[in-house]
Amino acid sequence: MTTKPTPRVRVPAKATAGEMIEIKTLISHEMESGQRKDAKGETIPRQIINKFTASFNGKPVFAADWFPAISANPYQSFFFKATESGEFTFTWKDDNGSEYVSKNKLTVG
Amino acid sequence: MLTHLPTLSRRDAVKAAAWALAAAAIAPKLAFADEKTVAAEIKKLYGDKPMASGKIKLDVPEIAENGLVVPINIEIESPMTEADYVKAVHIFAEGNPQPGVVSYQFTPACGKASAATRMRLAQTQDIICVAEMSNGALHTAKANIKVTIGGCGG
Repeated sequence: MTTKPTPRVRVPAKATAGEMIEIKTLISHEMESGQRKDAKGETIPRQIINKFTASFNGKPVFAADWFPAISANPYQSFFFKATESGEFTFTWKDDNGSEYVSKNKLTVG
Repeated sequence: MLTHLPTLSRRDAVKAAAWALAAAAIAPKLAFADEKTVAAEIKKLYGDKPMASGKIKLDVPEIAENGLVVPINIEIESPMTEADYVKAVHIFAEGNPQPGVVSYQFTPACGKASAATRMRLAQTQDIICVAEMSNGALHTAKANIKVTIGGCGG
């Protein structure tokens, strides 16, 4: 693991009430599948981000369980129906227990 | 010229067969999932409940040149209201070392049961998508992806 996982999220800053917005997320992570072998022929232990969750004003919106079949630097997009202003919390959970968090504001009006 | 053509193609066929055999012999003994493993995974989740087709739009490329990053986009037809929404979606790969790809949990707040990600595929195979509606109904869809270069360290 050489790169430090950095989340990147694209959320529109403003939306009209009832508008369907697309949220795009990307996080740098090697997603070591646990299937690869090193030069000595030993299996490299699995280390992936296994869970991604999105909540808005504390209420769960969307969640994804990722398995080793998810590509390195995992991308995830989904939709959200804007009704009120507030803040998103995006959380990525790593196999090693780390958590990466991104908070993004959305203004509706 | 014409008389040479059949000879050439036959020779090519023999050569191709020999290569295929050699490749099979050298190929690392990796355990891959298959149709049965995926069926067992789905059974673990939902038992023997009947599954309907339709409602699922499984958007994947027909041919993936690089098995390391294969885009997948799903969309499930649903009003996404408190009374009727898509609860969960599971995606499985039949020819990967492990069948699971991703599981999604949707809520009515999503407004639309759609999500996109990128996956690794070890070889040419079928992708299975199972969607669970809030009323318990199940839907399934299948798509075949031809993979030119495998992406699971194989």
